[in-house]
Amino acid sequence: MIELIKEMFSYHFMVRAVVVGALVSLCAALLGVSLVLKRYSMIGDGLSHVGFGALAIAAAVNIAPLYLAVPVVIAAAFLLLRINQNSKIKGDAAIALISSSALAIGVVTVSLTTGMNTDVSNYMFGSILSLSHADAVLSIVLSAVVLLMFVLLYPRIFAVTFDETFARATGTKAQLINSVIAVLTAVTVVIGMRMMGALLISSLIIFPALTAMRVCRSFKGVVICSAVISVVCFVIGMAASYAFELPSGAAIVIVNIIAFAAFSFAALLKKRA
Amino acid sequence: MAQIICRDLSFAYDGETVLSDINFSLDAGSYLCIVGENGSGKSTLMRGLLGLKTPSTGTITFNDLKPTEIGYLPQQTQIQRDFPASVREVVLSGRLNSMHGRLFYNAADKAAAAENMERLGIDDIADRCYLELSGGQQQRVLLARAMCATKKLLLLDEPVTGLDPVAANEMYNLIKLVNLCDNTSVIMISHDIHAAVRYATHILHLGHSQLFFGTTAQYRESDLARRFVGGERA
Repeated sequence: MIELIKEMFSYHFMVRAVVVGALVSLCAALLGVSLVLKRYSMIGDGLSHVGFGALAIAAAVNIAPLYLAVPVVIAAAFLLLRINQNSKIKGDAAIALISSSALAIGVVTVSLTTGMNTDVSNYMFGSILSLSHADAVLSIVLSAVVLLMFVLLYPRIFAVTFDETFARATGTKAQLINSVIAVLTAVTVVIGMRMMGALLISSLIIFPALTAMRVCRSFKGVVICSAVISVVCFVIGMAASYAFELPSGAAIVIVNIIAFAAFSFAALLKKRA
Repeated sequence: MAQIICRDLSFAYDGETVLSDINFSLDAGSYLCIVGENGSGKSTLMRGLLGLKTPSTGTITFNDLKPTEIGYLPQQTQIQRDFPASVREVVLSGRLNSMHGRLFYNAADKAAAAENMERLGIDDIADRCYLELSGGQQQRVLLARAMCATKKLLLLDEPVTGLDPVAANEMYNLIKLVNLCDNTSVIMISHDIHAAVRYATHILHLGHSQLFFGTTAQYRESDLARRFVGGERA
């Protein structure tokens, strides 16, 4: 095992992928706790499809993918949030609507221009090799911003997640905090989907939070536990992907499934005891 | 001068007026119960007082009371049932409105939370999960959070719904105690008319408009009270 990890880290691109991936996993896990509890679990999925559409268009017109995808996905996050507050279209329907539309636009763009090639497959299912040096630097900076914002706003994020009405009634700017959460989620989804793939990135947001909630009984406990689970699962998934030549995104999700099952089992045993 | 003055208030949803002609004023330290049938506009008025709903006409004036100095206890249904949070975390979140741009809780915030938990007898369950508590304990936690948010005005939306009679009585006594000891004004929506006339100093009876406002003694003598209480004298 140690030999394997040593060998893995002897490749420069692997080091880069693991650093970026660990940071993204951390961001996704922290935001995920709030999103899952606010019933926004599917927002990651919706945004990743929008991200795919944006990346496809960026590739077609030859702009650096992240520079187009980040603003477009942030705009989509705001849109989803606004529609969610409008009671006429319910949140889940709105997400399904936007995500399938974006996916369709992306697919059409791809087939009109480059055709279905490995690039497209990388966006769909993720690839550690698709990460350029410039992408890596940008990803690290963005993840650092997301982490910092989360830590600084922690008490407010708790208040808005637990009881938004109370938070608003006592003067917390709940709308602003919700918008910040949406922007941070959008950024995390875009930088994460290069590695995880558009189809799998939402699992990075949902799984660690749900796994942590099996055993932890306080918000802080869930947040910390979820962060640790996410990073550990990512590293194990990466190692498995390297050792067995599996797509990295899928391998990481499988490890997360195993962790979820293990924690659920532990919670069951604890209840019996 | 009165602490709260409502003048010619009315509220509408989608252009349709649901509550109109609200005129009352309350002094600091009063205990007002808002009563009335379902859909009579009680919750709408409370949302208005909280600043969550803008009145379509009229004004609400607060004297010596900032909008951020109001404590609120929402209806139980608004709280998520599967939320992992400890009692301490929930109570502490009531201090957010007094942070004024500060990012983290300081020692004074933690002391205030600890004091309110002790006063309501929940300091021994501070590290328990909010979800695992009984209904009565959960309501005390939310009351402690509301008390962390204010010394001046508590707004309570049906605080005893779903509680057994013993827990409901305890809750009423705690609220009265806070009202008397701290001179905190209380405005409570209640379905329990008997408790309302027992504890409150003032009654506001709504039915899409203001049917009655006055002291509890005046209310007891009114025809409205006789009808609403169902023949027996409250």
